[in-house]
Amino acid sequence: MTNLPQSPTGRFIAYLEQGQLAYQVDDAGRPVFPPRIGTANGHDLQWKISAGRGSVYATSVVYRKDEAPLNVVLVDMDEGFRLMSRVEGMEPESVRIGMRVRFVVGEPTGSGPRFPLFVADRA
Amino acid sequence: MKSSNWKRGSVAVVGAAESDLGLVAQHMTPVDLMAQATIRAVEDAGLTLAEVDGLFAAAAQTRSAPMLLAEHLQIQPRYFDGTHIGGASFMTHVAHACWALNHGLCSVAVVAYGSTQRSVSRAAASPGEYNYYEAPFRPLLPVTAYALAASRHMHEYGTTREQLAQVAVAARQWALMNPVAWEREPLTVDQVLSSRMVAYPLTVRDCCLVVDGGGAIVLTTAARAKSLRRPPVHVLGCGEAISHGSIVNMPDLTTTAARVSGQQAFARARLGPQDVDMLSLYDAFTITPVLFLEDLGFCPKGEGGRFVEDGSIAPGGKTPMNTSGGGLSYCHPGMYGLLVMIEAIRQIRGECGKRQVAGCEVALAHGNGGVLSSQCTVLFGASSTV
Repeated sequence: MTNLPQSPTGRFIAYLEQGQLAYQVDDAGRPVFPPRIGTANGHDLQWKISAGRGSVYATSVVYRKDEAPLNVVLVDMDEGFRLMSRVEGMEPESVRIGMRVRFVVGEPTGSGPRFPLFVADRA
Repeated sequence: MKSSNWKRGSVAVVGAAESDLGLVAQHMTPVDLMAQATIRAVEDAGLTLAEVDGLFAAAAQTRSAPMLLAEHLQIQPRYFDGTHIGGASFMTHVAHACWALNHGLCSVAVVAYGSTQRSVSRAAASPGEYNYYEAPFRPLLPVTAYALAASRHMHEYGTTREQLAQVAVAARQWALMNPVAWEREPLTVDQVLSSRMVAYPLTVRDCCLVVDGGGAIVLTTAARAKSLRRPPVHVLGCGEAISHGSIVNMPDLTTTAARVSGQQAFARARLGPQDVDMLSLYDAFTITPVLFLEDLGFCPKGEGGRFVEDGSIAPGGKTPMNTSGGGLSYCHPGMYGLLVMIEAIRQIRGECGKRQVAGCEVALAHGNGGVLSSQCTVLFGASSTV
């Protein structure tokens, strides 16, 4: 056996750098997220690209001393997987459960990797 | 393991003690507190440390609690277990100790915990594990995960911030009757709601305390317990479940694995919620006991907010809960599950003074760990229940 050239997270980030939100599916076609090596329902998970649209499943606003409040959400993607993220472009307190949102690529601060963000989907 | 393999009541708690609590002396370590509580609990049982041959321990500040505690106490346990699943670890330790005692793998088991998180700061005591899929969004963990669950419960069932605040108010009312509780002043719903917001919808008063503390309990076989000085508190049933690691993988944020652990514990104890005289539910945040009341079968799913709003869990209420003052007002050193059990044990022994629940024969202790990740339930009963 040769070592994997890319970790699951490395591959996810590589897709992000192409502007794509990737996820995996198991042998039964069920979505799996976050990306991983394998599960009881699929030792060799297949990668898919999301259409990037979903709904807010749960929302909170984190308050830190001397910092602007930050929204934290769980988003249910239309393909059936869930991820943690932030809805940008609106007041953090205005984000509502059930709101339609659209994926955008988050720019890292400093040298960190890119990450998925969301904006309100007005389409 | 099938319920039929479980020997109901065959193991009993014969000693229980807290370590120093609140803010402990400078340079005290978590293992010092474990050792102090263990010595106190063994003395409480009328046993000696030399008789302890089963050792169960976990802590946030050390990866190898059984090893360091055995070294400190100069004992050589022949059975040990350092399972670490957060605050529910100690309920799991009790379950594992029951199997070990019943199979003769040990004869006197100690379950111990210690933390100095107030002294060293929470950040130093429980450093977060890096997760690429969470870190960029800067969730303050664990509170943000519980806030997300609360947001979902409010959305689906109409639960209100006022109802959540009632959990904190009831805890405070009980704490005022506990001489060793950290909080000493009354608390109102308005005070909870107007406190500093940490992670919406949870204010700092919806969150557990950040204090030092520890505890230990001693278990042995029911046969041996009969000859010891304390009234035995029997383990009637245990249930253990884990459902996820990070909050994004919790299947449904309003239903916890307490549903699984509770059913298992009740089946083994051959009891139901109607038989429970007192509840000790891990209250890391005000939303947690609301979820557990539902998932353990004390009210229907979605009714937890309405269940707690009329004082039913407060002193004088029909479902006495968290009579120590809980993690919200008595003591929360980070992995509070051991102290959750100690209060249930003391209620059955009838030694809780002003906060004693009259005729308490069956008590349920429920532990929670991680971000609603691990759920473990223990049903304790007086000798009359075996």
